[in-house]
Formats: sequence, structure tokens, C-alpha cells
Amino acid sequence: MAILVEEDTKVLVQGITGSFGGRHAELSLDYGTQLVAGVTPGKGGQTFVHGEHKVPVFDTVEQAVRETGATVSAVFVPPAFAGDAILESVDARVDLVVAITEGIPVRDMMKVRAVMTGSGVRLVGPNCPGIVTPGRGENSQGGCRIGIAPGYIHKRGRVGIVSRSGTLTYEAVWQTTQRGYGQSTCVGIGGDPINGTSHLDALQLFNDDEETEAIIMIGEIGGSAEEEAAVWASEHCNKPVAAFIAGATAPPGRRMGHAGAIVSGGKGTAQAKKEALRAAGITVAETPAQIGSALMEATGWG
Amino acid sequence: MNIHEYQAKILFDQFSVPSPRGMVADTSEEAAAAAVELGGDRVVVKSQIHAGGRGKGTFKNGFQGGVHLVASGEVAGIADRMIGEILVTKQTGEEGRLVRKVMVGEAVDISHEYYLAILMDRSACCPVIVASTEGGMDIEEVAEKDPGKILREHVHPLVGLQPYEVRKLTTGLGFTGDEAKQFGKLLGNLFRLFLECDCSMVEINPLVRTTDGRVLALDAKFNFDDNALYRHPEIVEFRDTEQEDPREVEASRHSLNYIGLDGNIACLVNGAGLAMATMDLIKHHGGEPANFLDVGGGASQEQVAAAFKIILSDEAVKAILVNIFGGIMDCDVIAHGVVAACEEVGLPIPLVIRLEGNNVAAGKATLVTSGLNIITADNLADAAEKAVAVITD
Repeated sequence: MAILVEEDTKVLVQGITGSFGGRHAELSLDYGTQLVAGVTPGKGGQTFVHGEHKVPVFDTVEQAVRETGATVSAVFVPPAFAGDAILESVDARVDLVVAITEGIPVRDMMKVRAVMTGSGVRLVGPNCPGIVTPGRGENSQGGCRIGIAPGYIHKRGRVGIVSRSGTLTYEAVWQTTQRGYGQSTCVGIGGDPINGTSHLDALQLFNDDEETEAIIMIGEIGGSAEEEAAVWASEHCNKPVAAFIAGATAPPGRRMGHAGAIVSGGKGTAQAKKEALRAAGITVAETPAQIGSALMEATGWG
Repeated sequence: MNIHEYQAKILFDQFSVPSPRGMVADTSEEAAAAAVELGGDRVVVKSQIHAGGRGKGTFKNGFQGGVHLVASGEVAGIADRMIGEILVTKQTGEEGRLVRKVMVGEAVDISHEYYLAILMDRSACCPVIVASTEGGMDIEEVAEKDPGKILREHVHPLVGLQPYEVRKLTTGLGFTGDEAKQFGKLLGNLFRLFLECDCSMVEINPLVRTTDGRVLALDAKFNFDDNALYRHPEIVEFRDTEQEDPREVEASRHSLNYIGLDGNIACLVNGAGLAMATMDLIKHHGGEPANFLDVGGGASQEQVAAAFKIILSDEAVKAILVNIFGGIMDCDVIAHGVVAACEEVGLPIPLVIRLEGNNVAAGKATLVTSGLNIITADNLADAAEKAVAVITD
């Protein structure tokens, strides 16, 4: 088992004919992901060809879901249209929408979140690297790769990883691959102030997943999502958790790249987050280089 | 993005949020004419810079105070000592900010100061209105000492501000009669401004009740959602790059995300989270980061060269640490980009580079054989240690 997506999960890509969406659709196909449909309004009937792969393109998500049975949508459409694209997938009743798009206005996401409440559809992102459930082949081939993460750095295994950032997630993935532990699923939840799946949601999913034996949680300054996850973990999580929080040296009041990464009014500092995590029994790495060793400390693995 | 006080007034006027009458002036003559047009015995002359603490600031020419309440006849003289001069406040740093314009405003007699703000509550995923009868002071302090004095009202993202919510706040702040009507109208208009302009925060501190029974926004601070600026060209027009760090302005021209800091080890990283983490790593190993710099996912030669130029314009920088996790990108392509950028810009200080990911061995070989002053690192900790060591040697 894994969380959210399995090797046989059928995926559609919104924005497959764009250069960004197309490039990553190709990489997912190369990885062995069951990418069964693309959606670009006005380009229905075309075929997205990559090597041996021929992926049908539809005008609407509703058509794509009906014709191919896709249950997960990856959103690569530009920011101005991304809110609408997410809601189209919600309307089409997919199980999961993974929004990769960076730069969606907060007001749009606020409305999207409100409309999604009670829909039963899960959102991951936006502004995130996506989700990888590694495959069991060479260089983790055969897995489900949704988004922009490099597939080959993964290895199917026993660690669940949840993170707000992209390349920092790859560091954690790489460290667990090099140590031979591997990952059950890696979830990038995104760096925006308003997003779908939270750290807490991901911890709950990993806690219920039999394959996941330990969890790495990577957070950053701003907001209180990491603290909320820590409170839940201290009461309910029965698996060891290691964590890293980026931004200890960030100046207050400045947005550090991610829209959500800002310390304002003395709230959301790295120090406060680390203390909350430690108080919840989570092993906190002081530097990104120590994420792997923090995991070893939390689990007692050799 | 920040805007000037006179620009905030333009937005207030557009959305019918009442504020004291005022006019902006580029010269002392214009300022004097504005005072005449406003009428009355006294006016306020305010320096326009993107920083707080103006009232207690000092100009580099020795003139005290960036905000003055003066007799109308004295406006020209006061404005003359502000315009074209550099104002230093506790928020500007010692370099201060150049004053290009002053705002000449109606002087109002205040009977009470309130606090009113609307911001995006990220955990509730909706706007929240924050109000207090304790205006004119630091709201964080009020929240700490007397949390009961802070009123909060969350507004539903789809339904919008409801009349009952306005009534709760009006009553909570103690407005009655005509002033209650004025406040209700002001709040409704301010909320409309907040949404329509894609603000992430509007803070009015103080909101005042005047002795002649008016409710006015006396000072305002705006933050806009950068992601939404594409649909507000009129707000983008407000941008005053002269008030920003020139390095940050240059960085944004190359789609780089740069924030200057006080240390001496510069860093260049792909990805915001990893960039923050790299700063933390430098600090952990006893160094001080000189900046935050995210080159984004690609790290092209052009971007790296532009980034080096910006980094090297900071004279405090004694070493550069490049940390790239080339997931999809070929590390050798990145390495060639770094080498070409070094050759283009010239590299007067040591460069420590840590590459990881796709085709990393070829990338490292390219760096080693380049003949440049490049130190390669095997992992994150090694990179930070080498960068710190190279400046202490």
C-alpha cells in the first residue's frame, strides 16, 4: 500500500498541450505512470504522442473521466485559469486533484477551498512538486509520478514524506534512498498560504498506511500548519516522525520565495515551530543535511 | 509590494473610504499651493517613503521629523527641507530613503483612535476583520496585554460581509448614532476594496473619530497579493522601485528571488525551501548568510550570471555557496552554465558549489577541469563547512 495514489492509479493532465505540462507528462509516461488522458479546452480529439505512448486529449475533464476512468487530475494550467481548472475536476468527481501551478491568486484559492468543502474531492497543492508513489523497478520505475519531481531519486520503501517545498523534498527523498529505506509515498503540499491537503492530513494518511513505518515532515516558516500537525501527532500518531523546518535565519516580514513563507507579527517563526514539534515527541533535524540522521534517531534504524 | 500614503489615499477615494483631504506635491511651490487649496490655519506635511517611523525620523541634512503639523504659511519652507532629501527612520536602516514627494493634508482634531484591519486568515481560508478601540499604538502589544480589546470577525469567502457582522463590530467598538452609520459604510467599502484589489492586508491605524463627528482613516498600510498583480495594472503602476533595494529590483528583472541580508557568505540555490534551508545551514556551521536567492527550477546560464552580478555588487560578500539539486535538469548543463557565468562575470572570491542529482559526476568534472577558483563539495554539510572555512582562512 501507499497513500493517495498507487502504481495503477489512472491520471489525467489538465494543460497537457502546454510546454510545462507536456514535458512533465512525458517524464511521467517514461516513469511508467498510468497517464491515460489529457485535457486542453479546444484541443479535444488530438492525441498526445510520446514514443510508444498515445494519450487522448479531451476538451473537458468530464469527458476525459467518462472515457478513460481517470481518478486523479494533475493541474498544469497557467495561474489565471488554474482555479477554474481545479473546480472543473471537482465537478467531474475525480478522487484527487494535484495542482502544480505556481502563482494562483489567494482570493481564487479561497473560493476554490470554499466550493470544495464537503465535495469529497481531495486537493494537493497548489504551488507544489506533486506526489510520487515509487515503483518497484530499476530507479523506482513503474511508479505513479504526478507533478514535477525527478522520479529516479526515489526508491519504494517504508518512509512517508510530506513537505511544503520542492527541492528540499528531493533532499529528504535522496537521503532516504541513499540510506536504503525508500519511500511509501512522497507528498508535496505546496508553499502557498491557502492550500488543500495539510501536514496534518498527510500525517493521518501515513499513520493509517501499513507500508509506511516512519514519517518525515518538512515545513517552513509562516502559518501554524506544522504546529497543528504536531499536536495531532502527539496524541494520535503511532509511528516515529522526524522533521525539518526551514527559515531559522529568515528576516521577519519578508516573503521568502513561497507566498506562505513569511514571519509576520512574531508568528510562524522556525524556532517556535521546532519547539512545538519537539514538545510533541518529534525528532527535529537542525539542518537539512541531518534529515536522514534525524530519521535514524527517531526510528532506531541502523 | 508596498505603496505610498498618497497612493493609498487614491484607492480610498476610489472606494469611498473617508480619509482626511490631502494632496501630493513634487515641489515646495506645489505644496504651498496645496495648503492654500485645502484652506484652514494648519495642515500636515508628510514625507512619502515606504517605511514607518517617519514622524520620529531625521533627514541627513539635519532636519528633524518626516511629518510636521504647521501653519499653512510655513508649508513651502518645511516641504523644501524634505523634498530631495534622505530620511532615516528606525525602519529604513542607516542608508535612509529619498523623499521625492510630500503629502499635504488637512489637520484633524481627534477625539478617539481605533484600529481596523482586514487580512487573509490562512488557517481559516477566509478574510478576517480585526478591530480595536485601542488604536494608534502597536496592535501586537494590545493583543498581548489586553486580548479582550481585540475584536475579530471572519467573513465567509463566498457569502461576503454580512450586515450582522458590521453591526457586531460597530457595537463592539462603541459607535452610536450617525458615527455608527459612517463606520458601517466605511467598513463595507473597505472590505470591497480589500477583495477587489486582491489585498493580503489593509491596516488602518489609526482610524479616528474627530471632534466634529467624522470617522476617518488617518493612516493606512497595504499589502497586495503578488500573485494577483497581473489583474491590477493600475496598482502595479504604483510601484516605486526607488524605494526598494536596487539588488532586489535587478533580481526581479531576471525572475530571480533575492533578499539581501547582513552576512558575508552569499548563496545561490534552486527552490525557495532549499534556499532558506541553505541559509540555515551556513548559520549552523558558524557563518552568516549574505542573502536569500532562489533561481527557480531551471538555473540557466543567463540567470546564474545575473545572480552572480547581483551577489558581487554586495561588498560584504567574501564567498559564494551554490547549492543545486538538479532533479530534472542535467547537472552538467548547470555546471557549464555556472562556469560560463563565472567567466563572463569574473570571479574575485571563492565559490563553493554542491551539485546533486541527474548526471552529477559529469557536472562535477566540468567544474573541476574549468580551472576556475571553484571548490566542489560532496554534500550539504560539506558545502557549508567549506564555505565557512574559506572565509576564516
